[in-house]
Amino acid sequence: MAFVALGGSAPAKQQAPKKAGRVALLLLLPGVAYLGLFFLTPLFSLILTSLKVPSATGDIGRYDFGTEIGNYGYAIEQYLPQIIRSFSFALVATVIALLISYPIAYFIAVKSRDKPLLKGLLLTLVIAPFFISMLLRTFAWKQIFSNDSWIVNTLKTFGIFGTDSYIIGTDFAVIFGLVYNFIPFMTLPIFSNLDRLDIRLLEASGDLYANPFTTFRKVTFPLSLPGVISGTLLTFIPISGDYVVASRDFLGGPDTAMIGNVVEANFLRIQDYPTASALSVMLMAAIVILVSAYVRRSGTDDLL
Amino acid sequence: MKLSLGKYLLPTYVLLTFLFLGIPIAYTFVFSFNDSIKSNILWRGFTWDNWLNVCNQQEVCDAFANSLIIAVSATLIATVLGTMIAIALVRYKFRFRSATNLLLFLPLATPEVVMGAGLAAQFLDFGWPKGMPTVIIAHTMFTLSFVVVTVKARVATLDPALEEAGRDLYANPAQVFMKITLPLLLPGILAAAMLAFALSFDDFIITQFNSGSIDTFPKFVYTAAARGIPAEANVIGSMVFIVAIAIVITVQVRSSIRQRKLAKK
Repeated sequence: MAFVALGGSAPAKQQAPKKAGRVALLLLLPGVAYLGLFFLTPLFSLILTSLKVPSATGDIGRYDFGTEIGNYGYAIEQYLPQIIRSFSFALVATVIALLISYPIAYFIAVKSRDKPLLKGLLLTLVIAPFFISMLLRTFAWKQIFSNDSWIVNTLKTFGIFGTDSYIIGTDFAVIFGLVYNFIPFMTLPIFSNLDRLDIRLLEASGDLYANPFTTFRKVTFPLSLPGVISGTLLTFIPISGDYVVASRDFLGGPDTAMIGNVVEANFLRIQDYPTASALSVMLMAAIVILVSAYVRRSGTDDLL
Repeated sequence: MKLSLGKYLLPTYVLLTFLFLGIPIAYTFVFSFNDSIKSNILWRGFTWDNWLNVCNQQEVCDAFANSLIIAVSATLIATVLGTMIAIALVRYKFRFRSATNLLLFLPLATPEVVMGAGLAAQFLDFGWPKGMPTVIIAHTMFTLSFVVVTVKARVATLDPALEEAGRDLYANPAQVFMKITLPLLLPGILAAAMLAFALSFDDFIITQFNSGSIDTFPKFVYTAAARGIPAEANVIGSMVFIVAIAIVITVQVRSSIRQRKLAKK
């Protein structure tokens, strides 16, 4: 799987690449042109749209090209809480997902190393949630946590939960849903990294009188850092733009909206394209800055 | 005591986490058998009806069919384009190599809402109406990099000596590709195609921005969530799950059998 490859796997054998010929160009051109036309230029469309002004005719949903930098100021002024919430939810969910996923990845990669059947079974179980629609899974949690559900009633009966308390619509519910959805994205890259960990290094550490905790802190964890970086990026980035979990029809409520919810509402419902685009551009800029700083500090240049 | 605690702590934790991961899957499956009237919220009794008459809810079936058409089309295009790029990246040295790598990495690092809104803004500027073709264009775009990453890993393990041997035996370049390169790459290409299909089939955010009035299965579920998702949607979700798990298990069993055979030789 791609996530496994994203873990920074090294090719088995380094081949000396041939010099470019017409063949290389022919192989590259269609795909590169495709991404240029449908990935890169849309980013420019987004920037252009974020600077548009309302059409002179005054029709709703019609805008003319312009240089209205003020759209950004308006977007920040209107939606600062949602912007902050997106990044704090993404940060908290990423940290929790890392804490949950690391032991699983470690167990599959290191403890099940000599049991291929168990390893295959466990890996299948990790990716199993991918095979059922993400929206159905999220909706299932909504049913499970809904106000008159079995679990909420039980909590109320035992007095753990006040009679007028609820779960759906809280920050807890949204972060819970986000963590759940992204555990596999965190587990797989860490697994593919730990899978290549040389066990002899751990034995050497033990021979040098390091206790298991010290071995983990000084040997295992530092070596698995590239996997951790891939995992955190594959979790943090999609979460920061997600709007399904935080939607009112799923696990969110009136006070849980994230950037994605605002972009969706502005773009697809009230047709305020410039504001939606300005928010998207800011989200993208934040991610690019964050990723390049993060990747540079941790020194993993070849993520592909 | 201390020893057994350390020994059983991690496996117990792993088991509990997997049970946790399975809860919504089990829930969706169980409620596909619910004798529900309109909304599928409370358990009202067991029935086979939803499974036997999935297309009673015509909208669910239409959305499912659309999702299949889109996923197959996007997978075909992305797999061909992505495989070509992967071969070029591993086999050839060329200028703008790091720029190409960056262009391929960026879609993986871009939130879906940004790609979705950007493409929608471009279609708006071009005056292209949204519909099935725009969804296929969008899905091909975001699955392409995943294909490249997956196939590239396979190309890198390929021994160029095998192709040289083919050339030495007077095979022309087309024969070398069809008889040697392609068959050796096939497992990687198939894995990439399966991944692209799964990503496209389950995509919601990019689809919502670029589909206009076309319904896909995830889009149907999103819209239906406001009033309650019909049990037929649970049936389709469960069916897809069963088929996918069956494919994965088959692939794993076959490869383990092959490995055992190789080990015997």
